[in-house]
Amino acid sequence: MKIKKILPQLLTLLTIVLIFGFFTINAQINMDNRGIEFGFGFLKQEASFDIQFSLIDYDGSRSYARAYLVGLLNTLLVSFIGIIFCTILGVIVGVARLSPNYLIKKTAAFYVEFFRNIPLLLQIFFWYFAALRALPMPEDATLILGTSFMTIKGLYTPAPVWNNFDVFIISLILALIIIFFFNRFAKKKQEEEGIQYPKFLISLGVFIILPLLTFLFGGVDLSWSFPKLKQLATTSFTYEGGLSIPPELIALTLALALYTATFIAENVRAGIQGISKGQKEAAASIGLTPGQILKLVIMPQALRIIIPPTTNQYLNLTKNSSLAAAIAYPDLVLVFAGTAMMQTGRAIEIVAITMATYLTISLAISVLMNWYNKRIAIQEK
Amino acid sequence: MNKINLLKPDKKNIKLFIFLGVSFFSLGIIDFSLNHFLNTNITSFLPGYISFLTPLFFGMIGLHFIRIEFSGIKQLDNLNKNINTSNFNAALSICIILLVIFSIPPLLNWFIFEANIAGDKKEDCTGDGACWVYIKVWFNRFMYGMYPNAEQWRVNTTFIIVLGLAGLGYFFPLKLKKYLTLYYVIFLPIISFLLIYYLISGGEFGLVWVETGAWGGLSLTFIVSFFSLIFCFPIGMMFALGRRSNLPTLKWTSILFIEFWRGVPLITVLFMSAVMFPMFLPDGTYVDKLIRVIIAIVLFEAAYTAEVIRGGLQALPRGQYDAAKSIGMGYWKMHLLVILPQALKLVIPGIANTFLALVKDTPLIFVVGLLELAGMLGLAKTNPEWLGFSMEGYVFAAIIFWIICYGMSKYSYNLEQKYKTDR
Repeated sequence: MKIKKILPQLLTLLTIVLIFGFFTINAQINMDNRGIEFGFGFLKQEASFDIQFSLIDYDGSRSYARAYLVGLLNTLLVSFIGIIFCTILGVIVGVARLSPNYLIKKTAAFYVEFFRNIPLLLQIFFWYFAALRALPMPEDATLILGTSFMTIKGLYTPAPVWNNFDVFIISLILALIIIFFFNRFAKKKQEEEGIQYPKFLISLGVFIILPLLTFLFGGVDLSWSFPKLKQLATTSFTYEGGLSIPPELIALTLALALYTATFIAENVRAGIQGISKGQKEAAASIGLTPGQILKLVIMPQALRIIIPPTTNQYLNLTKNSSLAAAIAYPDLVLVFAGTAMMQTGRAIEIVAITMATYLTISLAISVLMNWYNKRIAIQEK
Repeated sequence: MNKINLLKPDKKNIKLFIFLGVSFFSLGIIDFSLNHFLNTNITSFLPGYISFLTPLFFGMIGLHFIRIEFSGIKQLDNLNKNINTSNFNAALSICIILLVIFSIPPLLNWFIFEANIAGDKKEDCTGDGACWVYIKVWFNRFMYGMYPNAEQWRVNTTFIIVLGLAGLGYFFPLKLKKYLTLYYVIFLPIISFLLIYYLISGGEFGLVWVETGAWGGLSLTFIVSFFSLIFCFPIGMMFALGRRSNLPTLKWTSILFIEFWRGVPLITVLFMSAVMFPMFLPDGTYVDKLIRVIIAIVLFEAAYTAEVIRGGLQALPRGQYDAAKSIGMGYWKMHLLVILPQALKLVIPGIANTFLALVKDTPLIFVVGLLELAGMLGLAKTNPEWLGFSMEGYVFAAIIFWIICYGMSKYSYNLEQKYKTDR
């Protein structure tokens, strides 16, 4: 009996050790032959390549580590924007698919079936190479909403110019802390004494009023800088001032959001459909209003079904953002696994670092997810 | 004459209200169409934004008039129930109708009426619409990549034979049904591999050798997805069972394997197979690029398949395991005869989704320089003689992929319905 348990385990271990040993020895020999030393010292060397779009200070004289950071931040940026847009769109479409209105239902179904069945890479190519290339040159662009220009070179919008920005941020954080403690207090009151406060309204009020006060008393000041057309040469124009968003970022965000939203829409639909009709009827029969039914009975149960697969989609979106390499948006893969690897030739280290980065993001979200799942799981008695 | 309350349409004056409703609704549509197609604004005397929104207002007033409950007219009741339950719904319905009117004619124009099909040169594209000549000229490249034109019958023959063999399983006599799995899991892959090796790759029996770098287009998409599908399923099953095993080494190996591949994007895996993998092999060994890519995709998708199968295994009630054990079945017998048949039936939709994702991921192999359909488009787009037709190319590829993926998802839905059993 015991041999039956030990033998397969020994065999597995042996296979793993053999495979890894084989690879390590080969890698060692190959690297010796080419005169490469394994190590991460190259991260401190000067990168000497430029990155078109970066959130932090960067130029060619900075190190590879800095380039890695730029790429990582760009990846996180596009994922963050994509997640926000795909959530909004996904929830709207998911609810629309359950609408009693035939036209809305069919439009939503058409959208989901259409965008879900086309490879994401093709969609990115389509937006970048076909759709955004049809936009006007900077000098021919028309004003959108009186402030922005949509051109072939990207979107130019007004940029906020802050005075004493840190005071504003501190007030925001303060507001969040107050809201957190207020909600705990309100929950306790409700559980112990049955007193209900308008939690949402008060929270919203604190969140808006406190930062507004800083404008009056904290010396915070906000003004806008508008993009202005500037002539570089006789036929070459560009915009100065304001915020410029490169077309790569727009195409990537658009494709990621439209594609992922279809999956989120399906999750939302499944979640709402997963609540049995009896729940709604039971809630109505004890006299809850339709608003209360949605807020207190349907949503808490639907969210339990919706959130886990939706987090998975967020994770997919983050991983899919690596397709940026195809249209030269400087994300982690393009900057680090592309340019930096070409220059240094350190395939093993760089691929390992890139994979480890994505792995860390994934595992962190998984851990968070498991914690959340445990928290909202039905407490059976 | 009954009293008429315009705010509350009722059944008594139904004829008048229907007349009013239909006229207002038509007025809205006509206003919009005139505005959009003939550039004449019949409501230009109104200030800007109001004039812009008149079709919506007219339509909403029209729908409001015909919103009569229990009118006694079946069609009207149906219409009201489906698109006109409230003012908000009516507004949304009108927006969608206007959107359709707005977008369908230009799309049809681009696709069909102003498109060019005849001819074989760029100069033949004179209309404003799509230039399908471009697709026609490049069609062979999009389907076969750089595969020599004279040899393309070999690719076709291979696909026809493999499809035929796959379809053959459908007509198996009842007596041979138990060998069906064996046929699909072992016989068919081996035959396909031999066919691809000897017929598509060539080099023997007097056939010209075609290197894998020349393979491409849609046929490469099929080859890569086919092999990945075949191999990722058994490997995934193995790791799914491993993850549920109570032997710690097996369990933790499986968990590490699955979580590792699920945590990284496919593009980095392909990078790894392209630049890192050769470093791990003994000096001088060369593994073909295509094979490396297939291995990478198989490992990657196997992890996803494993998680899907594990879901099915977990969904089975404990009683199934206990019952199998109590009649004296061992581990393998229990899993092969009792657990897996039931679990796999449960996970058909999940498996189908994984396979769909796999097909949609194949375009990514462009990062290692293999050009399947999307990659060939990129190549054709930069051809100096055919600049400026990227839109046609992407629309064409999107239609092809859409048909494949939509067909697969519908097929999996049918399969799910067919094998659905009440428990």
